[in-house]
Amino acid sequence: MTVTESDAPAVELVGISKSFPGVLANDDVHFSVRRGEVHCLLGENGAGKSTLISILSGMQRPDSGSILVDGAPVRIRSPRDALSIGIGTVYQHSTLIPALTVLENLMLGESRRLLLDKGRARRRMGEIASMLGVEVDPDSRTGDLALGRQQQVEIASALWKGSRVLVLDEPTSMLTPQGVEELEKVLVHLKEQGTAIIFITHKLHEALAVSDRITVLRRGRTVGTISEEEIRSSDDSQIRARIVTLMFGDEAADLSDAAELQTSIEEVEALGARHVPPAAADDAEPVLELRSVTAPGDGLEPGVVDVSLTVRAGQVLGVAGIDGNGQRALAEVIAGQRRARSGTIELFGASVNRLGVSARQKLGLRYVTDDRLGEGIVRNLSVSLNLLLKRIGEPPFWRGGRIDGRRVGSTATALVGEYDIRTPTIATRAGTLSGGNIQKLLLARELSLDPKLVVFNKPTYGLDLRTTENVREIVRRLASAGAGAVLISTDLDELLELAGEIAVLSMGRIVGTVENGPDAAERIGALMIGDTGAPGAVA
Amino acid sequence: MAVATETPAAPPVAPEEAGEPARALPGWTRTLAVTTLRSLVPVVLALLAGAVLLLILGRSPVRFYSDVFRYGIQMNNWQNSAVLMAPLLLMAAALVVVFRANIWNLGYDAQYLLGAVFVVGYGPWMFAHWPTPVADVVLFLIAGTAGAIWTIVPALLRAYFGTNEIITTLMMSFIGIDVANILVKGPFQDPTVTIPQTKTIPYADMLPNIPGTRIHVGFLVAIGVVLVLHYLLTRTSFGLRLKVFGENPKAARHVGIDVRRLIVTSFLWSGFLIGLSAAVDILGLWSYVRANWNPSYGNTVIPFVFLARLNLLAVIPFVAFYAVLSTGGDLATQAVSLPTDFLLVIVALILLFMAVIEFLGRRRALGQSYLTKGLKDALRQPLFRRRKST
Repeated sequence: MTVTESDAPAVELVGISKSFPGVLANDDVHFSVRRGEVHCLLGENGAGKSTLISILSGMQRPDSGSILVDGAPVRIRSPRDALSIGIGTVYQHSTLIPALTVLENLMLGESRRLLLDKGRARRRMGEIASMLGVEVDPDSRTGDLALGRQQQVEIASALWKGSRVLVLDEPTSMLTPQGVEELEKVLVHLKEQGTAIIFITHKLHEALAVSDRITVLRRGRTVGTISEEEIRSSDDSQIRARIVTLMFGDEAADLSDAAELQTSIEEVEALGARHVPPAAADDAEPVLELRSVTAPGDGLEPGVVDVSLTVRAGQVLGVAGIDGNGQRALAEVIAGQRRARSGTIELFGASVNRLGVSARQKLGLRYVTDDRLGEGIVRNLSVSLNLLLKRIGEPPFWRGGRIDGRRVGSTATALVGEYDIRTPTIATRAGTLSGGNIQKLLLARELSLDPKLVVFNKPTYGLDLRTTENVREIVRRLASAGAGAVLISTDLDELLELAGEIAVLSMGRIVGTVENGPDAAERIGALMIGDTGAPGAVA
Repeated sequence: MAVATETPAAPPVAPEEAGEPARALPGWTRTLAVTTLRSLVPVVLALLAGAVLLLILGRSPVRFYSDVFRYGIQMNNWQNSAVLMAPLLLMAAALVVVFRANIWNLGYDAQYLLGAVFVVGYGPWMFAHWPTPVADVVLFLIAGTAGAIWTIVPALLRAYFGTNEIITTLMMSFIGIDVANILVKGPFQDPTVTIPQTKTIPYADMLPNIPGTRIHVGFLVAIGVVLVLHYLLTRTSFGLRLKVFGENPKAARHVGIDVRRLIVTSFLWSGFLIGLSAAVDILGLWSYVRANWNPSYGNTVIPFVFLARLNLLAVIPFVAFYAVLSTGGDLATQAVSLPTDFLLVIVALILLFMAVIEFLGRRRALGQSYLTKGLKDALRQPLFRRRKST
């Protein structure tokens, strides 16, 4: 890439404002990113990051303000405009079409020519792959790839037309520690080639690890920018303190949970001084026992192979692993949504192999799914019905097959209060809630009415700090109340914070189990890498 | 530091901030009004467009519509419309049961004809040997069962192999229509006539009329079934399961609904109701079946089922509207010397406008302007200026 003589930023947003009915999403936002720079945009959910990005990528038009590219004003009216200027965006949620191959997905952004030029597309893909330092099979079906792999395809797609600016919207929320490292390498590669990168996150350590500059958004406004010199000169804890103040404001100190929030941030960041959750007493009663369970996967994603594990009352068993290594199959085979091909699954000492989802649920088994929008809720049904979705037909909510509207309403109202689900009314359609509130809804549904064993699948994926901390607290309380929990997560920090024992899943097998302790992270990392062919592989 | 989490931390929930108590649906009436409007506007627009078409064809729309009104409603003609409503309502009920589950049972023609053929096939013998009410009930059940049986293959294929039921029900429909014709020309053929048709059920054994009218009691049966079914679909666990499956099949699996059973059940119900619609129609109106006869009620009723947004109570007025249009239109089209197919044009126009209104309504609901950007630009800029600019 040729570096032009002008010193103007690759992209500059000047005085951007955008309002939606009832919300001022962006209020006079100034933001710029230079060539070869990673500029991090930090802020809580609802701070206006996504709006700003959708303006930059042509999905929305600002009410006022202007966008300068290399110092010259441009009008971005559609995603096509943005792409042709060379602004590519990778969204938090996948925009790939699962049924198409990788190459076909990439070619969707091609010009409007009639004939598809596959040869050229293949070459372009090779170029970008080497630019990113990754390898993806162009002919595999996109839906069969693991999420981390899909993200690399998304990045390639964003860079397809040009690589002036790359916008990454919470790119690490679905990656493993190794995946994050890989992404960081990709970013360094891109920086060297002069691409300007906007990196959106609400994880502080990531922001500090990758960015040259950090800008904090709060309630639609830019509340502060931390320059490169500042990041270099001051030490981490100072910057952290500064960012936390910027993100949550001075008034955050007055909020009851602010102190807790701050400690939690430090706790998550500072791996050394961690509190280690207790391992379960060996004499506690086993609530769940899997013996050599094998179940098929979906498409190319592995199922589970010969998995054995035990969860005792009061224990949180963590399951670590790179995304797409059989996590969903494991969760579903326990929940009863997927049949085991062989092996036995025992709940409270009795085999449940032949029982379906609702029969297992009646025994006290709960499953908090990771596919919250896809299978967790029914968007067009009310919040109250979604809260009782797993109890359809059961007394006291249904009597003789007939719904007891008053009972449903009062229970839903109580749950909405208890779990702090922000919804206008309980009759609101569940699909209109925000991601965090949908997760709270699912937790309320699963954890109400005496759970004895709960399977959590990526329970904090994509949630903001506050909600994440709420969810983790819920897991903790659940275990201290004597229930068992299986916590499947790709967030290693989360596992180390909550689980006493951590099993590592790789290609559908449990490749090892690690007691939580000072060197747990390294040992888990080694086990994770073990099967990917790195030196020192564990058999 | 780590201290905070060692002690059982305060619950993360602030009760004061908790969700507001459930209010008694503030926008309820508004929603109803908007929905009603959105359902009625396409009908009105279709009638207006129909009027324009009539003008273009050189016919008087005023005469046509007043004829529809006269022959469809006035002078006791509403009773004919009500008779037509009976099978249409049952057909609509059958379609709502599956459509709510997002299952497309498009095999209604075969399911109807098989039901009809078995009624006329066994009816004469039964009426001759059994008391009429018993024979009626048994014939209802036979017709319903015939319709239900014809859905089993698509139902099982869909439930166990995920086979697209649109294709399988249509295929089964072609087969079923031919089977019905074979039955008419074969075992059920009336030996006393040379044209291919079944025996006729004696007039005395037909369904009795509601006292004081010429409307047979099948109309009441249909209304009753619709009301009961509406209750089942909106107030019971079965209805909710059906809806959950229809809205999000993955969620249905996740929450532990027996999806296979649900698919088969709703298919069977649908087929049964279609068979019932045939029984009511044959025993109330037709009394025999000719070969190659096919009223195809399903095709005419589908637009109205969607206009009613799969709500069975709303289905009733729409079906009534169509019954009047059809009954009055038969004569009204003749009076202006047009083929009766003109009525299908009006139905098609309703569908067209429904799609447009739905599209606009959705844009509106998303907070966008009614018109798409391209259309707006096109309207804003006169043609010649557009040419110059490009």
